Amino acid sequence: MDSDFAETMHRADTLDALPVGSAAYISAAEAKGELALRLTELGYFPGERVEKVLESPLGDPCAYRVRGTVIALRKADAARIKVRPEAEKWD
Amino acid sequence: MGLIRRSSRREPIAEKERGKGPVIALAGNPNVGKSTVFNALTGLRQHTGNWTGKTVELACGRFSLGEKELTLVDLPGCYSLSPASGEEAVARDFLLREKPDAVIAVVSAACPERSLALALEVLSLGLPTVVLLNLADEAERAGKRVDAKLLSRRLGVPAVLCSARNGSGLAELRAALEEVLSGGGGDRESEFFTGDYYKHRGEGGMLEKSERCLRECSRLLCGAASEAPHKGKSLTERIDRIVTGRFTALPLMFLLLLGVFYLTLVGANYPSRLLSGAFGSLEELLYRFLTHLGAAPFVRDALVLGIFRTVSFVVSVMLPPMAIFFPLFSLLEDLGFLPRAAFCLDRCFARCGSCGKQALTMCMGFGCNAAGVVGCRIMSGEREKRIAMLTNSFVPCNGRFPLIMTLTGLFFVPGGNSPLAAAAVLAALVVISVLMSLAATKLLSETVFRGKSGSFLMELPPYRPPKVLRVLITGAVDRTARILLRAVLVAAPAGLVLFILANIQTSGGPLLSSVCGSLNPLARFFGLDGPILTAFILALPANELVLPILLMAYTSGGALAEAGGAELFSVLTANGWTALTALSVMLFSLFHWPCSTTLLTIRKEAGGVRWMLLAAALPTAFGLLILALINIAARLLL
Repeated sequence: MDSDFAETMHRADTLDALPVGSAAYISAAEAKGELALRLTELGYFPGERVEKVLESPLGDPCAYRVRGTVIALRKADAARIKVRPEAEKWD
Repeated sequence: MGLIRRSSRREPIAEKERGKGPVIALAGNPNVGKSTVFNALTGLRQHTGNWTGKTVELACGRFSLGEKELTLVDLPGCYSLSPASGEEAVARDFLLREKPDAVIAVVSAACPERSLALALEVLSLGLPTVVLLNLADEAERAGKRVDAKLLSRRLGVPAVLCSARNGSGLAELRAALEEVLSGGGGDRESEFFTGDYYKHRGEGGMLEKSERCLRECSRLLCGAASEAPHKGKSLTERIDRIVTGRFTALPLMFLLLLGVFYLTLVGANYPSRLLSGAFGSLEELLYRFLTHLGAAPFVRDALVLGIFRTVSFVVSVMLPPMAIFFPLFSLLEDLGFLPRAAFCLDRCFARCGSCGKQALTMCMGFGCNAAGVVGCRIMSGEREKRIAMLTNSFVPCNGRFPLIMTLTGLFFVPGGNSPLAAAAVLAALVVISVLMSLAATKLLSETVFRGKSGSFLMELPPYRPPKVLRVLITGAVDRTARILLRAVLVAAPAGLVLFILANIQTSGGPLLSSVCGSLNPLARFFGLDGPILTAFILALPANELVLPILLMAYTSGGALAEAGGAELFSVLTANGWTALTALSVMLFSLFHWPCSTTLLTIRKEAGGVRWMLLAAALPTAFGLLILALINIAARLLL
């Protein structure tokens, strides 16, 4: 496999790399400590649909919606959540 | 605000209130409108706001239900009852240890798939519970339907659909409460937690519980709640595209600030003059009346020139602008604008070692720095909490805005009659204060609180149309009550003390003058003068006092006909004030020690005298440094 391609695939696999306005399904949540608990309470666990709603003007953090609730997360934290792309782009 | 008793965490409310009748707790996620339900039931005015963590303490109120008098306790919003952290612990401890007679589990009808989870946890505690599906209006707007009857059957407890904002569904809530209090409410079908919920203490166990709980929500809601139809972007999303847009966010924030100041200045101008005129005539009357009664001259002067004048000055200068500014600001708060500001600014705060939630505590600081310090409980992590507390007084509070507004009007707006220019100066000063607060945050996180910013997780609730008139009116009434109370409690005794200081004769003249004189050389170096520095020192109990003290020092307790306008300007210029002096005073007002209430709050909240001392030293150091630089530069250039 082309290393560039592998890199792209790897990046597209985490929540932070999701383009604004698109959705995906969570495949694994690997946050630690209190953040892990908070995220789980809000529905960030495998099988849930997540949608990237907004990007802040300075690029980080971004806002995501799970179970009807929009929360802001920094990229570093969002990178710990793995996603499986939705079959078709949501619009 | 005085009607609501606030309680610190450890005080057992239920025990104390129990004698007076049943205790009902309001539990639920943040932003589901618990405080609105609280206000609707009790008729009180607990401050509401559209952001997570608005209620950080327990608030108590009373209401009657049929024959009974009940106590209602508003718990801080939390996402679960896991024993992990701050607000959760407060809510959980209250429910577990104090066992209220009934719980109203508030669920958002607009977002039950997430907010029902907490209700399930509450149900697992086995307390008599009513599930309240609030925000029915919001759900309707989003095209979402919840079948309360079906849900009630599935849960085995009463479930009521309501919209506390509009008052709909409250009668049903009262009926349901009576039912559960009298032992009704039916059997619990959904007891999948079976009481061993709190045995799983490990992190893994808690994660698994939360996940199971939410999956159970989905199961319970299946067929009982319709999904919102996807009809393109919601209004909130469309507004957010602009409010958090790459090129629109920061200009918009500045424009909002400018707009709020503009309206304040335009609106406050006339009532301020009216008040000060009325107080002036009243003072004359009072003076003549006391003379007529034959009061001793010293007593008469102490009462009129000391107490009455200081109080009337504080009221006429403070009241109009603050009774306009804060209701306007509350409007933005109720709309849901503050979390967006935090969202947009998080990157800046992250660079300085903190997080965007500090923007929320800063906004609370505009109202009162002591309240801002208490609000720092929403910060995650001890390090970031302390940083936010220590830098809170960098933003100007209620007590300082009027001084800054007055000086802006006198010295920086040509002709004194251009509210837009004055608003621009004020908005620029607020931007400077925010930048300095960021600099102080950076400094602290590089020295005292080494470490990196942790994670940032904050809810962005949907915009909610505020009840404009109600927010404006109750805001203005609250603010007026607060300022009047402060005027009586702080300004009156301070006025007396000042009058005595100004009239005790020492070898070098009145005591106040000789204190001012001895501080003069030091103050001059920073572009201030002795009376200014003395005024700031003596105004430690309340920043509102700076200007009245200053005037008393300049006029040595003598006559000053009116508070404000041309007369004030002539007194100041007669004492050598230039635009540079005014600028120095405004900057020193922004950056100097916080008032004593704020300092004591910091000692309590941060847990130590050393934090209190640091909180006083840090802004003072910033202020003196800035003043020294500006004045050295001015001396070189001019």
